[in-house]
Amino acid sequence: MSNVQLDAKIPDGPLEKKWDRYQADMKLVSPKNKRKCRVIVVGTGLAGASAAASLAEQGYHVEAFTFHDSPRRAHSIAAQGGINAAKNYQNDGDSVWRLFHDTIKGGDFRSREANVYRLAQVSNHIIDQCVAQGVPFAREYGGQLANRSFGGAQVSRTFYCRGQTGQQLLLGAYSSLSRQIATGQVRQHTRMEMLDLVIVDGRARGIVTRNLVTGEIKSHAADAVVLATGGYSNVYYLSTNAKACNVTAAFRAYKRGAALANPCFTQIHPTCVPASGDHQSKLTLMSESLRNDGRIWVPKKQGDKRPAHEIPAAERDYYLERKYPSFGNLAPRDISSRSAKEVCDEGRGVGPTGRGVYLDFADAIDQFGQETIRQRYGNLFDMYSHITAEDPYTTPMRIYPAPHYTMGGLWVDYNLMSNVPGLFVIGEANFSDHGANRLGASALMQGLADGYFILPYTLGDYLARTQRDQLTPDGAEFKQTETETKAHIQRFQTGSGKRTATSFHRELGELMIEACGMSRSAEGLQGALERIPQLREEFYQDIVPPGKEDNVNSALEHVGRLADFFEFAEVMCHDALTRDESCGAHFRAEHQTEQGEAKRNDQDYCNVSAWEHTGVDSPPQLHIEPLKLETVKLAVRNYK
Amino acid sequence: MHLTLHVWRQNGPDQSGQMVTYPARNLSPDMSVLEMLDHVNEQLIADGDEPIAFDHDCREGICGSCSMVVNGLPHGPQKASTTCQIFLRNFRDGDDIYIEPFRATAFPIMKDLMVDRSALDRIIQAGGYVSANTGGAPDGNALPIPQHTAEAAMDAAACIGCGACVAACKNASAMLFTAAKVSQLATLPQGEAERGERARRMIAQMDQEMFGGCTNQGACSAVCPKEIGLEWIAKLNREHIRSKLPQAT
Amino acid sequence: MNLNRTNIVLAAALLIVVISSLFIQTDHSRPNLQIYLGPEPLNAYAKFLKSTPLVLWGARFGLLAIFGLHLLLAVNLKRQNRRARPQNYVVNDPVETTLASRTMMSSGIVILAFVIYHLAHFTLGVTNPALHELVDSAGRHDVYSMVVLSFQNPYVSATYIFAMLLLGLHLSHAAASIWQTFGITSSRSRTWIHNLGWGIAAILTLGNISIPISILLGLVGLPEEVTAP
Repeated sequence: MSNVQLDAKIPDGPLEKKWDRYQADMKLVSPKNKRKCRVIVVGTGLAGASAAASLAEQGYHVEAFTFHDSPRRAHSIAAQGGINAAKNYQNDGDSVWRLFHDTIKGGDFRSREANVYRLAQVSNHIIDQCVAQGVPFAREYGGQLANRSFGGAQVSRTFYCRGQTGQQLLLGAYSSLSRQIATGQVRQHTRMEMLDLVIVDGRARGIVTRNLVTGEIKSHAADAVVLATGGYSNVYYLSTNAKACNVTAAFRAYKRGAALANPCFTQIHPTCVPASGDHQSKLTLMSESLRNDGRIWVPKKQGDKRPAHEIPAAERDYYLERKYPSFGNLAPRDISSRSAKEVCDEGRGVGPTGRGVYLDFADAIDQFGQETIRQRYGNLFDMYSHITAEDPYTTPMRIYPAPHYTMGGLWVDYNLMSNVPGLFVIGEANFSDHGANRLGASALMQGLADGYFILPYTLGDYLARTQRDQLTPDGAEFKQTETETKAHIQRFQTGSGKRTATSFHRELGELMIEACGMSRSAEGLQGALERIPQLREEFYQDIVPPGKEDNVNSALEHVGRLADFFEFAEVMCHDALTRDESCGAHFRAEHQTEQGEAKRNDQDYCNVSAWEHTGVDSPPQLHIEPLKLETVKLAVRNYK
Repeated sequence: MHLTLHVWRQNGPDQSGQMVTYPARNLSPDMSVLEMLDHVNEQLIADGDEPIAFDHDCREGICGSCSMVVNGLPHGPQKASTTCQIFLRNFRDGDDIYIEPFRATAFPIMKDLMVDRSALDRIIQAGGYVSANTGGAPDGNALPIPQHTAEAAMDAAACIGCGACVAACKNASAMLFTAAKVSQLATLPQGEAERGERARRMIAQMDQEMFGGCTNQGACSAVCPKEIGLEWIAKLNREHIRSKLPQAT
Repeated sequence: MNLNRTNIVLAAALLIVVISSLFIQTDHSRPNLQIYLGPEPLNAYAKFLKSTPLVLWGARFGLLAIFGLHLLLAVNLKRQNRRARPQNYVVNDPVETTLASRTMMSSGIVILAFVIYHLAHFTLGVTNPALHELVDSAGRHDVYSMVVLSFQNPYVSATYIFAMLLLGLHLSHAAASIWQTFGITSSRSRTWIHNLGWGIAAILTLGNISIPISILLGLVGLPEEVTAP
């Protein structure tokens, strides 16, 4: 008998009225009682910081945890492009409906209508809120907010702060959080990593953390727990995520009963700087706008090692232009990424590792002149030449796709609460809004929507409906969870292995990008499902004991996170194997049109697959939440 | 390529430390300085030794985590760069490289190259915000902000809070950091209501955290990965004087 | 003394003193440069000062007080800054800082020593008492001859030239950075205001060292009626 009940709890009524009705009907906690409520927020990125600040402003006592030295270091800071909102400031026909529709369609019809509609509704408030905080958005000469069109959208709805939008939005949320820390309404716990979730009487009531400086294992109790712990792209080892990004907090919640939804939906960004060798520790994203003027090609011949300028036009394969004549180099992210992988698999990749394709500006420079190209892409070219020591004005850039964002995550209902009562999940850590693919400039929107405008309401409703007590973290459940956490760490200390976590992580990553990356197949996934448990076993056998626990120890941190990635990778492959269709970023080689396009199967897979943990050595159990698309018509993407 | 590293090792905050020499062999010129440290750490971990502790995260120059002094320069020998964006091609094969933690009383060393920069957070907590609760904000376009004003605010707001300015300053002054935040909000109309109080409180916190006084030497701006200019320090001084005047908000 | 006030105030106060010093230095230059006009104006000026003790002693006490305050504040700032950064790097790179800005304390100490010598030399007549007793044809204290005879000694001249160059170095940072401290500079004006500061320091230094150099080169000499004692 399973514990997982998937009830999305979507309010009744027409789509446009659902959120209003919800707000009208929700229960409130009285100001006097709010002070007695304690909420744990794990993670201080866009979602976590905005949630912690907003909850504290409302009067709740918040305990905010981050494994960084400061909330401002969270990886939201690295988002470059911008944030969408349905303001229609440009009078180009944008609306809440259009943003909603674009998001559902972009996600290839694998997300919940009600959630996405609400996201589009609150998107406008986010901009207002950020402006009020002093976020220096780009402005027109007349002083109005500037917008740009982003990621192939037909309207200009993206707000931006140069190429540092994520940074400025995070610093805005961080400043609001700092204000609450100063008042004592938020207590901040830096350099603390959540290692487990504590469940008391079926409700999430606390967490167990490890202090990354002293090694202390400690429990914290609260009336509700909010996870804002980001995505899991680092399961691939090389990704655009920061080094510390990991799945541990979400995965430990999964092991305590929370369902993991659509974990195989991962986005691979087509324009990243390729790895330069085995030492590569992470990948760097470059703006997709480069594809507006750059032409993507590889040599026609396999193993052609001539420098780019020695390869005559007739021996070049401009494969995107060839396969997708109308979209050409601007083909969507997933198509573009997959095609790059295919040509490299054929042995036609360029650069020292053979995992790269050219992005060539020679024609654009001929046509517009170097000065125009410099004006358009100067800082991106500088960044590229800084990293690679090559001059993109004279030598074509090399690019390769890199894992970038994960649409999947812990399953949540309309309240952003997981199937474990009292456990809320926001931002990239949940699965809710992006379906099988995320639109550009929508990640920042979702993180802030969840944190500023949705969770503070839905959490209040939960607390108002729940019996509250002043639980202290010394009950049996807390002690038991602490003991298990310590045992988990101890498990690595006894061996006498010789391999480091990094070498295992790299191997897992290579396996995952091959089997569960840009292109997946039943055969490849089955192979991975056989190999991952073996590799995990080797990991436990051969890992070097990480040593000291009572001090800063990066080796120990990495081993713990990697152990979770190993188990998580299996769930991911199960999900990818079970979803026997292609949709969005999930491309199953068996399901493609004659032109090599993703072929959806709406009959059987217009749903959310949510996985329940049943034990480390037994396969997870699948639960299905059907997606009822009542407003949007299913359509087939066509980029020919 | 091969390099010889001299790295500050210190086990904990109250312990003494020293420079320890490590050979770093078979490196690629395309490695970043942090990847070089990864490489050395891999060997240390495999040998059962403690890896060199250092803060790092995004490795694309924006999170502000990396914090080390390479050959006497915070972040290392390249202008407008964080350590993660400095590649070994900046060095010659066989070079000696000296890596030390950021040094300042306000940044106590936690371990090896890892320092505690929470003093910077406390400066922000003292007033580096606009008191705008979530909800009820007017429309974003209700208050037009001239483009040059928004751009100027963005110049100051680009600070990544890494603390290199403090590390480079002979006096360990946090003026450039504080100036960037105070100026961002003093430049924008949204920051007007709390302008004087903010400057007063942030400066008082800065002094309380044991940062030194500014003697206008300019090392801070010279090493700043985001090239925050010295004119913001002048602006901070202006804001400070302004905050002392009667009726300043 | 420990000023538990913001370091900026401290620095500002320090620089107010610097302004005063600049002013004094400028005012000091006027009689100094009278050396080029022959003995008459300089000796007359000295006589005038002696005859108005209120002005003379007022100025002397004022100078001493400002100088003392400057010293106290500088030492205090230095102490605070050393506390803020007690340990130096194994490898140091001064980046774009100037020699002047890095050596304010050392140049200041040498200048202090020089000022004491200078007072002993000309004001108190301790080092060369004979020169202090010269009298000109009008029966006034012959300051002009005292100066010329002193600087004809290459060792004395060298000491003065060295000290004035150091003072110039000291002032080059002071005069350039004071505007920054008072928040007067902006990104556009910073360079020229900086240069203005440098210009002031350079003019003062050149004016000062021109005196011993002119005397050494024989461009300025003794009036005929005076002979070296």
